[in-house]
Amino acid sequence: MSIVQQLIEKLQKGDAKSVAELTRQAIDQNMGPKKILDDGLLAGMAVVGEKFKKHEIFLPHVLLAARAMYAGLDLLKPLLAKDGIPVIGKVVLGTVQGDLHDIGKNLVGIMLKGAGYEVIDLGKDVPPERFLDAAQESGATIVGMSALLTTTMPVMKQVIDLAKERDMFGTLKFLVGGAPLSVDYAREIGADAYCFDGVNAVECVKSFTVER
Amino acid sequence: MLLLDRLQAGDVLVADGAMGTMLMSGGLKSGDCPERINLDRPELLSDIARLYGTAGADVVQTNTFGGSPLKLAQYDLEDRTEEINAAAVRAVKNAVGPNVLVSGSCGPCGRLLEPYGDANPDDVEASFARQMSALVEAEVDVLCIETMMDLVEAQIAVRTAKKIAPSVPVMATMTFDSTQRGFFTIMGVSVADAAVGLADVGADIVGSNCGNGTADMVKIAAEFRQHTDLPLLIQPNAGLPKVERGLLVYPETPEFMASHVAAMIEAGVNIIGGCCGSTPDHIAAIRSAVDAAVS
Repeated sequence: MSIVQQLIEKLQKGDAKSVAELTRQAIDQNMGPKKILDDGLLAGMAVVGEKFKKHEIFLPHVLLAARAMYAGLDLLKPLLAKDGIPVIGKVVLGTVQGDLHDIGKNLVGIMLKGAGYEVIDLGKDVPPERFLDAAQESGATIVGMSALLTTTMPVMKQVIDLAKERDMFGTLKFLVGGAPLSVDYAREIGADAYCFDGVNAVECVKSFTVER
Repeated sequence: MLLLDRLQAGDVLVADGAMGTMLMSGGLKSGDCPERINLDRPELLSDIARLYGTAGADVVQTNTFGGSPLKLAQYDLEDRTEEINAAAVRAVKNAVGPNVLVSGSCGPCGRLLEPYGDANPDDVEASFARQMSALVEAEVDVLCIETMMDLVEAQIAVRTAKKIAPSVPVMATMTFDSTQRGFFTIMGVSVADAAVGLADVGADIVGSNCGNGTADMVKIAAEFRQHTDLPLLIQPNAGLPKVERGLLVYPETPEFMASHVAAMIEAGVNIIGGCCGSTPDHIAAIRSAVDAAVS
């Protein structure tokens, strides 16, 4: 079995130690960081995402696979930077102010990183201005907001309204997600998309980054 | 009569409806700790309990869903765990008659367990133990472990309850999503796994709460019944919330929820209540439907 195939397999099993080891081997064999990333780590996460989407595997599985991916990614990052390989897109992500639930948001972050995006994760309880400041500072074009509570959903609208005030609305795409949300709610508050799960969030981000 | 005796006698009981929804109409703001109300405004909790009691609920829950020290720590309130839980029980007891059973709500700890998360099982157990001891000390009639998604966490909670208060009945309910492969919690627990796994560790009553709405709950209940002989507790949301003119609206009316009561009883449900979005009006409608179905 080739090294990338082994990477894909061990990543799916959540075997972080083996993924780090295989990544190191691949680097030593001069495989090239971009190839290890795309054909190994990201290919493995794509399989994980696909199985998650079909409900063949669930959250615990994905979290373990993600940890394995990070074990490899941490080794590749300095090499990717040295080679000047650009990221395919940047996404600002956070759970809105007043809401301390971040499991879903973290899952979206994992899936985005697993698809090769740079994620600026602001954590939970994020005030509206932080989302916009972070987008401005990082040059991210996409802002993802999460809420689990019906009491905190309205904060998403505050973020979008603030973007309009600051004249940033046209340049940013707003994605929203969380258990109590819906397509209708996203439309109502002026968001660009409602993402029903982590895999769908990647699809939405892809559609917006391709557009540009 | 005590809870388990009434169920044994074949009674179908009615539980209460949403707490969060009622607190929000009572002034709870986005980002506030819902359990802080137990300290600041216990009279609001008594008002809510009274409304549910008057609507015909046999079981009324305490406002302690997030009352475990692990969860309260998110608001720097963990040092007040005992006060917060005791005040919630007192507020319900002050408001309802002697025939209404007081149920101590225990929600998830809010963290994921090792190895996929960072929460140590011993810490989670200690957290549940502290909350449950306070609830039992304040003399709840039953403990209700609810909205669980991880079977391991739910089992820790049930075992802990049985350890600290073997004579207090324990209800344990999990929250399922509908997928093309059937009903699963976000952690991948099937209804069969939940029914068997919760019974294994000593739950007296099992079932489901929250979720996508009443119609799905009838199916979930029927699936539970295939895998357990224990009494079933079912508390659906009044559907998934929608926004209408800037306000949050739950789509299922009292009449809609009540129209599924006969099917629930048919499926083998023993206690029927509501979760997010259900109000005293929903519970009153469920009460009438239960009375009509069993008479």
